[in-house]
Amino acid sequence: MNTSNIELPAWLEIVVIPILNIIAALFFTGLIMLVIGVNPVEAVGHLLRGAFGYEGGLGYTLYYTTNYIFTGLAVAIAFHAGLFNIGGEGQAYIGGLGAGLIFLLLDQYLPAILLIPIGIMAAGFFGALWAFIPGWLQAYRGSHVVITTIMFNFIASALMVYLLVNVLIMPGQMSPESRYFSEATWIPQMHEVLGVFGFKVTRTPFNLSFFFALLCCFFVWIYIWRTRWGYDLRTAGNSEEAAVYAGIRPRKVIVTAMCLSGALAGLVAVNVIMGESHRLLLNFQLGYGFTGIAVSLMGRNHPVGIIMASLLFGVLSQGGLELAFEIPQITRDMVVAIQGLIILFSGALALMFRPWVVRAYLKFKPLGEQHA
Amino acid sequence: MSTNVSPAMAGDTTHPHATNDVAIQLQGISKRFGAVRANHDIDLTVKRGTIHGIVGENGAGKSTLMSILYGFYQADSGEILINGERKKIRSSKEAIACGIGMVHQHFMLVDTFTVLENIMLGAETHSLIEPSANDARGALQALSDNYQLSLDIDAMTGKLPVGEQQRCEILKALYRKAEILILDEPTGVLTPQEADQLFKVLDALRKQGVTVILITHKLREIMDITDSVSVLRRGEMVAHLKTSDTNSQELAELMVGRELQVQDFRRKTPLPAGTENGIEVVDLSLRDAQGKLRLDKVSLQVKRGEILGIAGVAGNGQSKLLEVLSGITSPDSGTVVINGHTITADKPINPRQLREYKVNHVPEDRLKLGLVKAFTAAESSVLGYLHQEKFSWRGLLQLSTIKNLCKKLMENFDVRPGNPNLKSASFSGGNQQKLILARELEKKPEVLLIGQPTRGVDIGAIELIHQRIVAMRDTGCAVLLVSVELDEIMALSDRIIVMFEGRVVGELNGADADKATLGLMMANAHESDAA
Amino acid sequence: MPDWLLAIFNVLDDALLPTMDATLRVSTPLILCAMAGLFSERSGIVDISLEGKMLAAAFAAGSVAAVSGSPVLSLLAAIMVSVSLAMVHGFASITHRGDQVVSGLAINVLASGLTVVLGIAWFRQGGQTPSLDSSARFMPIDLPFVEAAQSIPFFGRLYSEVLSGHNLLVYVGFAAVWLTWWVVYRTRFGLRLRAVGENPLAVDTAGLSVGKLRFSALVICGLLCGIAGTYLAIAQNAAFVKDMTAGQGYIALAALIFGKWRPLAALLACLMFGFLDAIAIRLQGVNVDFSLSLFGNVWPIKGEVPVQLIQSLPYVLTVVLLAGFIGRAIAPAAIGVPFSKER
Repeated sequence: MNTSNIELPAWLEIVVIPILNIIAALFFTGLIMLVIGVNPVEAVGHLLRGAFGYEGGLGYTLYYTTNYIFTGLAVAIAFHAGLFNIGGEGQAYIGGLGAGLIFLLLDQYLPAILLIPIGIMAAGFFGALWAFIPGWLQAYRGSHVVITTIMFNFIASALMVYLLVNVLIMPGQMSPESRYFSEATWIPQMHEVLGVFGFKVTRTPFNLSFFFALLCCFFVWIYIWRTRWGYDLRTAGNSEEAAVYAGIRPRKVIVTAMCLSGALAGLVAVNVIMGESHRLLLNFQLGYGFTGIAVSLMGRNHPVGIIMASLLFGVLSQGGLELAFEIPQITRDMVVAIQGLIILFSGALALMFRPWVVRAYLKFKPLGEQHA
Repeated sequence: MSTNVSPAMAGDTTHPHATNDVAIQLQGISKRFGAVRANHDIDLTVKRGTIHGIVGENGAGKSTLMSILYGFYQADSGEILINGERKKIRSSKEAIACGIGMVHQHFMLVDTFTVLENIMLGAETHSLIEPSANDARGALQALSDNYQLSLDIDAMTGKLPVGEQQRCEILKALYRKAEILILDEPTGVLTPQEADQLFKVLDALRKQGVTVILITHKLREIMDITDSVSVLRRGEMVAHLKTSDTNSQELAELMVGRELQVQDFRRKTPLPAGTENGIEVVDLSLRDAQGKLRLDKVSLQVKRGEILGIAGVAGNGQSKLLEVLSGITSPDSGTVVINGHTITADKPINPRQLREYKVNHVPEDRLKLGLVKAFTAAESSVLGYLHQEKFSWRGLLQLSTIKNLCKKLMENFDVRPGNPNLKSASFSGGNQQKLILARELEKKPEVLLIGQPTRGVDIGAIELIHQRIVAMRDTGCAVLLVSVELDEIMALSDRIIVMFEGRVVGELNGADADKATLGLMMANAHESDAA
Repeated sequence: MPDWLLAIFNVLDDALLPTMDATLRVSTPLILCAMAGLFSERSGIVDISLEGKMLAAAFAAGSVAAVSGSPVLSLLAAIMVSVSLAMVHGFASITHRGDQVVSGLAINVLASGLTVVLGIAWFRQGGQTPSLDSSARFMPIDLPFVEAAQSIPFFGRLYSEVLSGHNLLVYVGFAAVWLTWWVVYRTRFGLRLRAVGENPLAVDTAGLSVGKLRFSALVICGLLCGIAGTYLAIAQNAAFVKDMTAGQGYIALAALIFGKWRPLAALLACLMFGFLDAIAIRLQGVNVDFSLSLFGNVWPIKGEVPVQLIQSLPYVLTVVLLAGFIGRAIAPAAIGVPFSKER
């Protein structure tokens, strides 16, 4: 029976099937743990304790969540335009370069009230620039954006190594890092903010960028589903011919979508560089871009789903550290493996369970609906 | 329901006791796609060495039936007998093993391969290419001598004209020793000359004992070449007839299931002299990406309050003309003045701008252009108009306005189910078309461009759509109608232009038009006849 | 032989031969992976998971070699692991018509995490596998007449120093190119492979199974990636190291595109990319100090050679090619599109 044409109620499509996919991914995660001689139940215990249980755990979890929200949104917005942006990694990296360059140039002269917005804009702008090129090449030269963004990840990485080793390195220092930026560029961390109100919280890198990320979720949602430009974006993403018929220019949409996507990825630098490290380092973005793909797939390219998926990955990232501490066989690489499984089951195999769900639905749905 | 079908009738044309005469026998074939009943309880018997036609409207289930026979789909129920033997056909491979060959409507060829490579693909005689090719060369020589199917077998397939590509498909089937050859709408893309050649080949095949099934909706072809004919209507087989015992009129009635009343919508009174043109096209030319001339100095006018019908075999430039007039494609040379605004190669007008100029377009391909399948009906109902302030004030979608508009459109044009929140893809073809038409007509166009308004639309909706188009004309709108259905063109058009290979090859007053003349013009035969 | 010619040969001997030798060594995994990708992509399946398959294979080879001490057994294990991952790719993208890029990415991410997780669990060396004795590895082989050739300037030394003295898998890599060419252009399977990547419907209606053909292509793809991974772990190096593929799978993919999905052109692209890498390695830490006169100005060039920029050249060149500024890379027509008979 061909089930792909049968429509299912929304709760089955957007709740039950995604959960089945995640269960499948977690099932295989459990198998891997058994193979390496770890009790999965015990591991989950450590994981949750690491993520929420101990002091500061939650802060770290939300810090990671913030990064995943940015990169997840980046993948999602491109996806709605029919584009698969694998370049979040490089765009985040170059976004950091943008913020870093501006700060190295201006941080001695301007106050925080100017520096922080300028830094955010620079991070977004540089990220957008790094996505603009593949976007333009796709729109006007027909070069496939998947391949070009992969290539741009490597180019970004080579460029950053070169710059950090040869140009931006702090003089008289061995490790390839820039100097610290002035405190005027620092985004307040939550323990400081809460401290102002008299709450004592453990120091973590969790900073105000988190709320900025949530704001971005809201704006992305508005943009995609509630504005003319988002409508144009979705039209072009679904059918290029229909877009042309409607007077929408698909090429413009491609370039715009890639720029927005790159800008969102670039904002990772706001959380990491401006919120935590306060200097430019090698590989500060490592893995966030790729995780963004898993996040977006798992969150079905919707901001609400992305927040939930980001939280899950935040838990995995932070809890994974605790796990590695408690069980020496496990490192954070376990989280990477889980990510791979989630990309597999929520992405490539997203429709694997659908025929079963359809059959179950047809069997059990009330007779009254039979004609609907 | 099927009033004039009877098993007895099916039995009349065959001899149940002499089964070795029968190449194909289908018994009670049924197939559903979701809620759609594509084939229902179909019986069919085809004698060996004959050409059997299957006619039916678009969407009557012809292609589904043949896809079942060729193993593309499996029937939900029913039996297939080939040469009297019961067969299960689950794949093309099994169909080929049964001696069935099929020439699909869209050719199944690898463009970057030579003809030879295409023909031997899947039927290689050896695990290396070289010896297989040598074997195939010999066999093909024999085949082409036998059936007068000459073809340069070392040519690159993608660069051949469609007629020769089709010959490649036929050779492919014959090389696989097909004794039963199914052709699905084979003349849709052919020039009349190519079609004639094809019929000669089919005749030669019949003489050699090959059984041919010809699927078409063109009755003339049925009358010209077939020995017997079956009529499909809405998934059911409604008649089996000997071609010599019937005529086009009877077949047409069987196809639509009632007396075919071509309602005459043409203007009863002539337009007053000096009525201005809504569309004026002068020397319009267009080349496609491959450099092929698709529009060749086309000139035409459409007056306000007039329907100009463009007739022609599909692919002769009508679609490109619509694209240029609606602003989708800019021309290479020539000028278009549409509702007072000029389009040239240097000064194209965006489709969105044209809509502002009250030029509206109901596209030929509704699923690709007319709406977005993944959108709700409400979202699709503002496709092309969303930039207007009432729908997106300062860029923000005005959801309730959009939904209300969609509801209104659905009521006015009887779109069912009338729910703006449903996905566009979940409506039937006719209801999708009504929604698009509603969207465009509601804007009170002064110029209306409309392509294939009733393709794949059920009978009930056809009448409504025709009435609405005529109502627009009567308000003084200039209407340009492109259709491959001659009946439709003749019923609606006040004036008719015939296109052939990108050129305008003839013009008639609606009142003077008859099928024979139009048919000759569409085949571009009238000039040579006159000469 | 005139002195000046001898002098030129001497310079070539010292500067070029070692670089060429290194080029062959670093190109081998690229070549094997590019051929692997060729089978997959020619059949219509995008394969960005060359990287992940190679990495998993390298881990399998390193682990089995450490335990068994047998290079042949390691090779078989690597191939088995790599082919299994290729089957996962097939299951997702052929059987379930999932997105091929997403599926490939999943394999890459999974391999990058799982190799380390298992490595730590089994060997407890921070994700590395134990260092191998030479008996557990594929070691350099001397071709015949090496001694005699040594004395002939340039060409003799080209033979003895560049062509000879590699391990078996280097020669396997070159043989794979010829074999790939032969299979793709001379055999029935090759004809069908090319057809299924261009127009799978044509293949289906010709009575062939699109799925079977694509799965066979993926088996070959997995096999070649398996050899490439083995090369990395137990031929070029003496152990598996975390993330040791370091993007070479992607470079191979770039080379495949650069070679327009043709075996010989892809081989040349691999050698070019390998050569760039070899130069970059040789120039690491080298300081230059000279002036370049250009457009009437004299530009002083001073400081360390920007090795990273040389290393990024393969990616830059591929982008430039894809942009159509130097020729056009036309992919197999049906690539990336899941096959479905439904209309």
